[in-house]
Amino acid sequence: MIDKKILEEHNLTEKEYERIVELIGKEPNITELGIFSLMWSEHCSYKSSKAHLQKLPVTGENVIQGPGENAGIIDIGEGLAAVFKIESHNHPSFIEPYQGAATGVGGILRDIFTMGARPIALMDSLRFGPLSVPKNKTITEDVISGIAGYGNCMGVPTVGGDVYFNECYSLNPLVNAFCLGICEKDKIFYAKAEGEGNHVLYVGSKTGRDGIHGATMASAEFGEDLEEKRPNVQVGDPFKEKLLLEACLEVMNKNLIIGIQDMGAAGLTCSTTEMASNSNSGIEINLDLIPQREEGMTPYEIMLSESQERMLLVAKKETVKEVQEIYAKWDLDAVIVGQVTSDQRLKVTFEGKTVVDIPVQAVVDMCPLYHRESKVPAYLESQTKLDPVPLPEDYNSTFEKLLSSPTIADKQWVFRQYDHMVQINTALLPGADASLLRLKNKKFALAMTLDGNSLYTYLDPKTGGKIAVAEACRNLACVGAHPVGVTNCLNFGNPEKPEIMWQFQEAIEGIAAACRTFSIPVTGGNVSFYNDTEGLSIHPTPVLGIVGLVHDVDKSCSPGFKNTGDVIFLIGKNKDEIGGSEYLKFIWEMEKGQPPQIDLQEEKQVHDVCIEAIEKGLLHSAHDISEGGLAVCIAECAFLGDNRAGCTLHLKDRIRSDALLFGESQSRIIVTVKPENKDALIKIAQDQNVPIEEIGTTGGKNITICHNEEKIIDLPVQKSYTTWKQAIPDHFKAR
Amino acid sequence: MSKLRFGVVVFPGSNCDHDTFHVLKDVCGQNTFYLWHKDHDLNNADCVILPGGFSYGDYLRSGAIAKFSPLMKELQEFAHEGGLVLGICNGFQMLLELGLLPGAMLRNKNLKFLCEHVHLKIENDQTPFTNQGQKNRVLRIPIAHFDGNYYASPDIIEDIIANGQIVFRYADREGQITEVANVNGSVENIAGLVNKQRNVLGMMPHPERASESLLGSDDGRIIFKSIIHHFTNS
Repeated sequence: MIDKKILEEHNLTEKEYERIVELIGKEPNITELGIFSLMWSEHCSYKSSKAHLQKLPVTGENVIQGPGENAGIIDIGEGLAAVFKIESHNHPSFIEPYQGAATGVGGILRDIFTMGARPIALMDSLRFGPLSVPKNKTITEDVISGIAGYGNCMGVPTVGGDVYFNECYSLNPLVNAFCLGICEKDKIFYAKAEGEGNHVLYVGSKTGRDGIHGATMASAEFGEDLEEKRPNVQVGDPFKEKLLLEACLEVMNKNLIIGIQDMGAAGLTCSTTEMASNSNSGIEINLDLIPQREEGMTPYEIMLSESQERMLLVAKKETVKEVQEIYAKWDLDAVIVGQVTSDQRLKVTFEGKTVVDIPVQAVVDMCPLYHRESKVPAYLESQTKLDPVPLPEDYNSTFEKLLSSPTIADKQWVFRQYDHMVQINTALLPGADASLLRLKNKKFALAMTLDGNSLYTYLDPKTGGKIAVAEACRNLACVGAHPVGVTNCLNFGNPEKPEIMWQFQEAIEGIAAACRTFSIPVTGGNVSFYNDTEGLSIHPTPVLGIVGLVHDVDKSCSPGFKNTGDVIFLIGKNKDEIGGSEYLKFIWEMEKGQPPQIDLQEEKQVHDVCIEAIEKGLLHSAHDISEGGLAVCIAECAFLGDNRAGCTLHLKDRIRSDALLFGESQSRIIVTVKPENKDALIKIAQDQNVPIEEIGTTGGKNITICHNEEKIIDLPVQKSYTTWKQAIPDHFKAR
Repeated sequence: MSKLRFGVVVFPGSNCDHDTFHVLKDVCGQNTFYLWHKDHDLNNADCVILPGGFSYGDYLRSGAIAKFSPLMKELQEFAHEGGLVLGICNGFQMLLELGLLPGAMLRNKNLKFLCEHVHLKIENDQTPFTNQGQKNRVLRIPIAHFDGNYYASPDIIEDIIANGQIVFRYADREGQITEVANVNGSVENIAGLVNKQRNVLGMMPHPERASESLLGSDDGRIIFKSIIHHFTNS
């Protein structure tokens, strides 16, 4: 009998239970209830977010597949398609950082190759608590090892991503994994279960008890029972997944299957019901045939297991033998476990008895949707008000301190643990504004980036949402790429709290507005709610993954200074803004003020100027101004240059020196050109009415910045480079 | 002259097989084909390459299970008869496990996976793999490994040095053999090693990742050019 306690354990409300009974016309047994609890979890059903997600633009000429499938697909020309998506694995990564992060990577990889695409790039957006706390260090170290352990073994390069540190992630780190794959656009596979009588095959790893209730876990807040949830985290086997990848691509290349779906969150439950639902068919499976790695598993456990590295295929009788031979070649199981039916029901038998018999539509499509209440959070009024901040006494030491902020400091300690070069397409190494991948034997190349500053979103979710899109596009512009498609991972707190719901709605509106301005479709992504531990919510953290095209790979650009004597230009305009900056947070310990404001049209024009200048071969370097402001941007240009040469800047803006140096005003890019190309660059900007200003020259051993003729920063490049380079490694040496 | 025949062995878990194939076929223009680890035929290859990756997931020990792949029997015979064998990264680890080269690999000294460009000094240019380089020349080639900390007992090391078997050592930009440049902690900064007969080379750095200037360096092509030169001039 299903009682209140069981419902609670399954995270279902009584109302939801009543609806289940009504939909299936009977009291569900425990296995059936388990199936509903998974598929109606926030993680699988998007019941709190669906109504708002509809505001995002999802269409465009180049869209082959929008939201709703395993991944989004964009036509990139010459018969090729880019298949990409980002997904969170936050909760598992907190409970068991190594396996949580590793299986996050494994899951996103499967989402991509399930569609017939070979994954060519991974990126991760990571958010941790401050490294001064030992527990955060362990989480950081293990998450990064987990990502490395899985991605490296798979032979898919982790080419970039971002890492931020903030107290709000101490009890709730974020691990968002992005993957992009390439396939021929007429060879895409979908999760289909068509053709009555066709075989249903189970391929990949054997099923164990790991990960039972993973999706339900990801849909609730954490309390003190954290340790008990460890068995809910799946264990990854990247070697198995590598075999699965090669075998699946081989059967797809030979066109031997009808449909395929990976068993990610919600395992067999999700794959069977979604495949049947997509094709208006039914599926019948016999659990006695499922390869199992543990003894005595119940139907409930088999259906709800989230064991990794598994896929469900549908194939015609004639091709099954060849399919099985290919999997055998790669030492994998491929077992016939059932068949496609026409009755639109999921029927599951176990030891000769029917243990599940329910209509698939009820499970997949009839979860109640919620229009949850929203309310402006109380914190906003006090947090957005900024009392006067004193000016720093010594700009040199303030600047050096800012360079040691882990959010700003060099991330090579992270990236060198990832194989970022395998597949030999990585044309820009991690640390550039965006990652750039050449496509062998093609002139065009793919750029991609992840972005999301949660401090902005915390102080003004709508502006934060806009900036997340704008900054990602600005990063693409800095390498010379035109944005073509978006995936997003929306990390928020408990949506049952009206304040969180408000943050969510506002952020979506901001993202939607920016995507419309840049004419880029959102092709999918993931919502991660319930990022709360012990009642504390994270800052709202939308992470945007944007993919762009560089028309000619030989005409791309990188951030580092190239030659001594080049002229430094600012495209865009300095403004008197310090609210929400890393400077305020790290130097003055304040998460306050209005975040930088943004005019999306202006922003786009700045990108257009930068891209045009790169395509005309004028620029030697381009780097966007973001966390840490103009001063940090300039320093990074010097650090990333081949010879680590310095520069001298003369700034004349009539604004506070700290806002000028460290403020994070948007729509600004620092570029360098040869002196003879100055006029050509200025003309491009003037033609588009974009502000442009010559601010200095490269060369020398120091980074020297003068404001209104006064030298306020003068530091040897080598010294500040060491500060920036060593900040993160030093945290780990100290143990 | 006619094209050389390069065989790239594919093990379960190989992941630099496509990269090596691309460089040999499309960049170097040679006749290149894959060899499946379960077969018993080297397909008349002039040179066999054991590519990088995580054969059998590197479970147990890097390269330890690949050693038992059926094709390894033919590979050993081929090597003993003087055939050219190049093991890159995981391939180097396999050559150690197979006993075709002396020594063993330990975890990197910092206990982390390391992927980055390093500098290598050519110690021996009298091998089929380095005849187009010059002794003491510094190459910029990336590494990507967890177990690249080369170890052998002092008497073996003495032997290796006496026989001129060290081909590459980790160095700084200027070619100085320093502790800092020794990224993974290898004995004698060893990055690449040949057998006494000079026909089997194992190296941790990935020359196939440094064979096109678009990717930041084409120093790695020297190794492939040397192999081709070896056949054209002998």
